[in-house]
Amino acid sequence: MDFLEITNLNISYPTRRLLVAAVQDVSFSVRKGEILGLVGESGSGKSTIGRAILGLLDEPGKIEGGTIQLENHDLADPATEISSFRGKRIGLIFQDPQTSLNPVMTIGEQLIETIQTHLQLDANEARKRAVALLDDVGIINADARFNDYPHQFSGGMRQRVVIALALCADPDILIADEPTTALDVSIQSQILALLQKLKADRNLAVILITHDMAVISEVADRVVVLKDGRIVEMGAPAAVLGTPSQTYTKSLVSSVPPTDRRIDRFPIMGAEQNHAADHNLKILNRWQLQKNTGASLVRVEALSKSFSSEGFMRIGTNEPVHAVRNVSFEIREGESFGLVGESGSGKSTIAKMIVRLIEPTSGAIFFEQDDITTLDGPALLAFRRKIQMVFQDPYSSLNGRMKIKNIIAEPILHHNARLERADIDHYVDDLLAAVDLPASSKERYPHEFSGGQRQRISIARALATQPKLLVCDEPTSALDVSIQAQILNLLKDLQEKLGLTILFISHDLPVVRQMCDRIAVLKDGAVCEIAAAEQLFASPEHSYSQHLLNSMPKFQP
Amino acid sequence: MQSVGVMLCVALLSFSLFNFVGDPINNMVGEETSTEERAELRETLGLNDPIHIQFGRFVVNAAQFNFGKSYQLRRPVSELIAERMPATLELVIASSILALGFGVFLGVYTGINRTGVLSNIILFVSLAGVSLPTFVIGILFIYIFAVILGVLPSFGRGEVVQIGFWSTGLLTASGLKALILPSLTLSLFQMTYIIRLVRAEIMEILQTDYIKFARARGISNRSIYFGHALRNSLIPVVTIAGINIGTLVAFSIITETVFQWPGMGFLFIQAVKFVDIPIMSAYLVFIALVFVAINFIVDILYFLIDPRLRTKSENRDG
Amino acid sequence: MADRSAGLIHRIRDSDIFHSFIHSPTALISSCLLVVILLTSFLCEFVAPHDPFTPASLSLMDAFTPPFWAEDGSMVFLFGTDGQGRDLLSAILYGTRISLIVGFSAILFSVIFGVSLGLTAGYFGGRYETVIMRLADVQLTIPSILMALLVDGVVRGIISRELHDEVAIYVLIFAIGISEWPQFARVARGATLVEKNKDYISAARIIGLPNRLIMFKHILPNILRPILVIGTIGLALAILAESTLSFLGVGVPPTTPSLGTLIRLGNDFLFSGEWWISFFPSFFLVILAFSINLLGDWMRDTLNPKIN
Repeated sequence: MDFLEITNLNISYPTRRLLVAAVQDVSFSVRKGEILGLVGESGSGKSTIGRAILGLLDEPGKIEGGTIQLENHDLADPATEISSFRGKRIGLIFQDPQTSLNPVMTIGEQLIETIQTHLQLDANEARKRAVALLDDVGIINADARFNDYPHQFSGGMRQRVVIALALCADPDILIADEPTTALDVSIQSQILALLQKLKADRNLAVILITHDMAVISEVADRVVVLKDGRIVEMGAPAAVLGTPSQTYTKSLVSSVPPTDRRIDRFPIMGAEQNHAADHNLKILNRWQLQKNTGASLVRVEALSKSFSSEGFMRIGTNEPVHAVRNVSFEIREGESFGLVGESGSGKSTIAKMIVRLIEPTSGAIFFEQDDITTLDGPALLAFRRKIQMVFQDPYSSLNGRMKIKNIIAEPILHHNARLERADIDHYVDDLLAAVDLPASSKERYPHEFSGGQRQRISIARALATQPKLLVCDEPTSALDVSIQAQILNLLKDLQEKLGLTILFISHDLPVVRQMCDRIAVLKDGAVCEIAAAEQLFASPEHSYSQHLLNSMPKFQP
Repeated sequence: MQSVGVMLCVALLSFSLFNFVGDPINNMVGEETSTEERAELRETLGLNDPIHIQFGRFVVNAAQFNFGKSYQLRRPVSELIAERMPATLELVIASSILALGFGVFLGVYTGINRTGVLSNIILFVSLAGVSLPTFVIGILFIYIFAVILGVLPSFGRGEVVQIGFWSTGLLTASGLKALILPSLTLSLFQMTYIIRLVRAEIMEILQTDYIKFARARGISNRSIYFGHALRNSLIPVVTIAGINIGTLVAFSIITETVFQWPGMGFLFIQAVKFVDIPIMSAYLVFIALVFVAINFIVDILYFLIDPRLRTKSENRDG
Repeated sequence: MADRSAGLIHRIRDSDIFHSFIHSPTALISSCLLVVILLTSFLCEFVAPHDPFTPASLSLMDAFTPPFWAEDGSMVFLFGTDGQGRDLLSAILYGTRISLIVGFSAILFSVIFGVSLGLTAGYFGGRYETVIMRLADVQLTIPSILMALLVDGVVRGIISRELHDEVAIYVLIFAIGISEWPQFARVARGATLVEKNKDYISAARIIGLPNRLIMFKHILPNILRPILVIGTIGLALAILAESTLSFLGVGVPPTTPSLGTLIRLGNDFLFSGEWWISFFPSFFLVILAFSINLLGDWMRDTLNPKIN
C-alpha cells in the first residue's frame, strides 16, 4: 500500500446558480521518496485536491465523498482530527513566497513557533533545530539571518524559508502548490533542485502541483493529468507526456512551446484547428498594406530611465533606481523583435517608453524618422495611431464598465471622427471576426469572457487604429498553455496577413523562441546580447544568456 | 516636519479669524470709545503693521499661549483655557480608554466569530451606536440614570481636588461618579467605529496567504488570532484610532454641553455663539496641538509595530 | 429600444447585487423604511395631520399634550404637542424634510468637491497631488463638527444676525459639506491610484485619449463603488452632524426647525416630565440614521469583494 492513498475523491463548491463539481472521482496515491506531479490548466481542480488533503478548502468547498487514506487515518472523514496532521505529518507550501510569511514576525520567531507547536523542545533546542533547517534549505549564514524579517529576503530566499517552515516537524509529505510560478527561471531551477534533494535526503513524498509541463517533465517521478476535476491520464512522465493516449493530453502536450526548435504554428486539436488558418480578414479591405522593406522602423538610441522615489521631506537617502541603462537596438519593418529578461530587467519599462507611456531620462527613440520623445499635438496623435499595445493581464486591460463594442469603437472614433455610425459598427464586426470572436460578443461586457477571449478583444482594440507596430507585453503569460498556443497562432497569422511589426516582450524563453526573429537579452536594465533567435538558442555568446538557457526547464517528453 | 506644517496652517487659519472676522477693535472696546482712542489702541496692538509682521507676532504669541483677552469674559484666554483644560482632558482620556479597550476586544471577537449569534448582536448594536448622535445618547443616559433611577448625577464634575494648577475629579467618589455618564456617552460612537474597523481588518487578514500558511503548518488558532492576525491589524488600527482620539476632543464639545461639564468645549460653544474670536482661535490651536501630539505617538507606534519601517530591505540576492 | 431596456432589466435581475439585495432582510427593511421616510417627509404638506408652522392654527390650550396613549393624550395629536401647542408628529415630518435636504445637499457638495480633487490629484500626481492631499490632511486635523462650528462662527462674524437666520441653512450645508470633503478626496485618490495603474488606462492613453476623457469616462465609473459606500455612510453622518449643530443652537433656526432643533427645544422640558417632546424627534432621527447605516453596511459588504 502506498503512503497516501486517495480514492474516489469528490469535492464541490455550491454557489447560488449551480453546484460546481471541482473534483470528481479522483483516485491516486503517493509513495515515500517520490515526486508526484499534479498537472492541469486552470479549473482542473489540482490546487483544490492539495488543500483538501489538509482540510483547508476555501468556503464553501466541501468534500462530498471518497477517502484520503494516510496509514490508518481517513483525512476526508470529518471525524478525523485533521489539524493534528497539519505541519506534523503533511507540509503545504504556497505559490507566492512574498505573501506566505507574516511580515511583522522575524523568520526565527515563525520557525521557533512552528517547531514548538509540534515538538517538545525548549527555546534553545528549537533555535538549534531552526538554524539547521535553514542550513538545509540553503540559506547562507543562517545563524546571522535568524532575526531578519521576511522583507529582508529576496523572493527565492523567501521560498526557501517557506520550505523550511513546512519541514519544521519532519513531515512525511510535502504538498507544493505552484512553488516556482512566482519566481524567475534561474531561481526556479534552484528551488526545484532543492525539492529533489529534500525528497532524497528525507525520503519525502512530494506532491508537486503545477501548470508547467516542462517543470513536471524535469522533476516528477510520476504524473497525474487533470482536466475539469477529473483525471485524464497518469503514469510515468515519459509515457504520459511522450506518448499520450488521450486526446486532451495530446493537445496539451502539443501546445507546449518546444525549446529545441522553431515550429510554424502550434497544432491545435479539435474544432478550431482547420478554419484557424484562413481567418475572416474583412479588415484587410480597410488596411493600407505596404510592402515591408525590412528597413528600420524603430531605432532606440542610448535609452536610459531611472526612477527616484518621490515625495519631499522624506528621511534617508533615496538613490534613484536605474531601470534601463544605455539601451540601443532597432526593430525592422515586418519582423518580430523579442525583449527577454527576468523580473527587474527593464523590459517592460522599455516598452512603456516606446509607446510613450513614460518619458525616458535620456536617450532617443526614433519611429520612422521622428524622435518620438519630442512629439506633441497632432504629430503625437498620428504616432499613437501607428503603434498599439497588447497587455499582460487580461483582467485589467479592459474597462469592466464598457461594452465590448464601445471598447473597440473608442480608438476608431478617436482617430476617425468622421466615420458614420453604421460604418463603425461594421468595422467592429470585422475586427471581432479577425480575432475569431462572434459578432454577438459586442453587446456583452468583459466579465462575461474568459482570459483568452479577453486577450482577443484586447488585440482587436489594438488593431482598430491599423497600427504598424504592435507591442505585446507578456501577452500570454497569464493564460493556460492551450490558450497561449491559440493566441500565439493568432498573432502569427495577423502579423503575416497585415504586415505587422511586433515587439514581443516575455520572460518565457520557449515562447520567445517560437515568436521572434531577433532577440535582445536584458539583465538589470542593460542589453547583454542581441542576436537572431536561432543563433541565440543554438550558441548564446554572453554568459548570462547561457545561464538563462541552462536554467530554462526543458520539456522533454 | 509635517507637524510643523500643520501647526503653521492652523495658526494661519486662526490668525485670519482674528483679522478678517469683524473688526478686532470693535470687539474689544465699547460703543462709547472715541475714534482717537481706537486709533491709539490700533497702534499699540500693532494692527497697522504689515500683515506678515502681524502674523509673525501672532505665531510668537501663540507659541507662548498668549491669545489676548476674551471679548465676552474680559479675561486672558490662556487663563480660561488652563482652568478648563483638566476637565476636558480627563473626560477625553477616560473615553479613549473605554473606546479603545472595548473597541479592539469586541472587534477581534466579531472578526473571528463571523457568524456567531453574539457577534451579530454586537454588530447590530454597534451599527445602532453609529446611528445614535452623541447628544441623543447623553439625553437618554440622563433621563434613565439621573431622572428615572436617580443614581448618577446629570451635570457637572462633582467634587474636585486641586493639585497645583490641575483640578482633578478622579480622586473623589462624586467626581468619579460624575465622570461615568459623560465618558460613556463620548466613547460610545468611537467604540462602535473601532469595533467595525478592527473586525474588517481581522477578517481581511484572516484571508491572507500567511495566515493560510500558518494554518497549514498546524499553528494553533489562538496563536493565529492573537499572535499573527492581531499584530498585523494593529497598523491600520493605530492610524484610525489616532485620528479618532483627536475627534474625541472635538466631540467633547457636545458631551460637555449636554452634561454641562465645565471644560473647554463648553467654553468654545459659548465663544461661537458670541463670536468670541480669541477663544475660538486658541481652541483651534489647542486642537491642532493635540493632533500633532497624537500623530507623533502614532508614528512611534508604527515604528514599533512594523519592522518594514525599521529595517531596510535588501534587494535581490539571487 | 424595448429590446435594450428588457436586456437591462434582465441584467439587473440576474446580477449578484440584486440577488443579494432581495435576500438580505436588513437591506430590504432599511430601504423600505427609507422610502417611507422620504415619501412622508417630502409630501409632508399632504401627509401631516396639522400645519405646525402657521401661528394662527396653534392654540396654547393644546400645549404639552402627551402622546395618545397617555391619560391626557388625544388622538388628534398622536405624539402629543410641544410648549406652543404644535403637533409633534407634523413638526417631525417637516423637520425630517429639512434634515434630509441639508444632509443630502451637504454630502452632494462634499462628494463633488472631494471626488474632483481626489480624482485629479491621483491622476496627475506630483506637486498638485501633494498640495491637495496635505490640505486634506490638515483639514482632517480639525474634526468635522469643529470645522462646521468654525465656519458657522466665521459667518456669524461677517454677516448680521437677522441675515444669518435667512442664510443659516446654506451656511450649514456649506459647513458640513466642507468638513467632509477630505474623506471623499482620500478614497477617490486611493481608488484612482489603483485604477490608473491598470492596463485599460494605459490602453486609453496609447489610443491618445485626452486626460479629461480618461478621468471621467474610464476612471470615474470604476471608482464609484467605494464612493457610493462611503457616501451613504457619509449621508448618515451629515444628517447627524446637522442635528448636532442644530442641537447646539448653531444650526437650523427654530422658525423652521429640523429634527435637531426639535430635540434641543424638547430637552428643556426633560426634567419637568414632558419627555415626549425630545423623545419622538430623537427616535425619528435615530431610525433615519440607522436605516441609512444599515443600507450602507449592506452595500459595503456586497460591493466590496475584499471583505466578504
